Amino acid sequence: MTEKRRIVLTVNGTEHAIAVEPRCTLADALREECRLTGTHLGCEHGVCGACTVLVDGAAVRACLMFAVQAEGRTVRTVEGLAEGDRMHPLQRAFQEHHGLQCGFCTPGFLMLAAGVLEETPDIDDAGLREALSSNLCRCTGYQNIVKAVRAAASEMRR
Amino acid sequence: MKCAAFDYHRPADTAEMLARLAEHGPEARVLAGGQSLVPAMNFRLLRPAVLLDANALPGLDRVQADGDRLRIGALVRHAAFHLPVADGPLGRLLARTVPYIAHYPIRQRGTFGGSLAHADPAAEWCLIAVLLDAEVEMHSQRGVRSVPADGFFRASFTTDAAPDELLTEVRLPLLGNDWHVGFYEFARRAGDYALAMAGAALQIGRDGRITAARLALGSVAGRPLRLTTLEAGLRGELPGPDLLREVAAGAGALVEVSDDIHASAAYRRDLCGVVLERALRQALQSLPQDAAA
Repeated sequence: MTEKRRIVLTVNGTEHAIAVEPRCTLADALREECRLTGTHLGCEHGVCGACTVLVDGAAVRACLMFAVQAEGRTVRTVEGLAEGDRMHPLQRAFQEHHGLQCGFCTPGFLMLAAGVLEETPDIDDAGLREALSSNLCRCTGYQNIVKAVRAAASEMRR
Repeated sequence: MKCAAFDYHRPADTAEMLARLAEHGPEARVLAGGQSLVPAMNFRLLRPAVLLDANALPGLDRVQADGDRLRIGALVRHAAFHLPVADGPLGRLLARTVPYIAHYPIRQRGTFGGSLAHADPAAEWCLIAVLLDAEVEMHSQRGVRSVPADGFFRASFTTDAAPDELLTEVRLPLLGNDWHVGFYEFARRAGDYALAMAGAALQIGRDGRITAARLALGSVAGRPLRLTTLEAGLRGELPGPDLLREVAAGAGALVEVSDDIHASAAYRRDLCGVVLERALRQALQSLPQDAAA
């Protein structure tokens, strides 16, 4: 039961051949095996959203998926947002609009917003607020996160 | 919080899944979206020895109209219902209900069939299934059977499904255009478990009178409740704000609730009337203005 399985995870375009127990979540595999520690773990039961990543383009909780389930799928994490030194519009907007303070929730919010905006580039305000209600932030009071994502959305539409 | 160790299988077809279920029985759990199962495992409330991943099973991710029914494959994700999956009132009702289910990322993974199999008293799809007398289809090596939603939900987190059975499909009636539908729920925070929720479907005749009514409450008992006495009170009546308020006000008396950390029993009873009235009002919004008395 605790026997490790060999799987290949494709994360941000790079293949990672890893060995994990079936009970290893995608979030733990990303952090411990792929050494991509940008994905954070908060509650580990799907409430806080800090571990949000994109699996086949959909924003999902990486703590509620097992790594073995992500085999053959395309995973994107916060490390894959920037292109070299050039930050993603969402990352720039979070910086400009003070969309983060301590930064713990930020990777989850960035990936949530990336998934939402890629699916619905012209999302309205109510829809955006509803989507952003998925994740928890204890520093910003959310208003600046909404502002940042709204600003990034208009830049990404250009 | 990491879950206990388990053995993992991802059957490639239903026959293999049913064989595994027959072999492992109550030791095994079927993994669909995992949005309720995995948290319960992480809390170690559940420690299945075997996890049978249904996500590779072919053909269970489709929604299709078949005669007067809509067939919903067990693996259809919640997010698929944001845009109406069918023309007419049923697609509208499902689209009005789905935004209340948890949050955006949860809706990307969670499944319709998984929600019914889990049978959380606060699950929106379970309420819809009871409201519309859904048929729930289950397969096992012993055969195929369908049970009505009323018989499927036994109690909180308890269904009629045997340990060797796999929920494969849910069938809902494709309501005609003379049906008018609404859903409403109240939760303390967006995406939270509801304190109370209600679904309403009214069939209105040519004379503007209600010919059939379906009303249900969720989150106030171990399983969704059909409000048949209130339904009977609507039949033959002309729908209007006063009638709806009067009928909805009777909902609180039909539930057995008690005080708890979230709300008092009196508050919950009052809330039953509020959510039902709001669901009914939404249903009547699709009536031509002059028809609503």
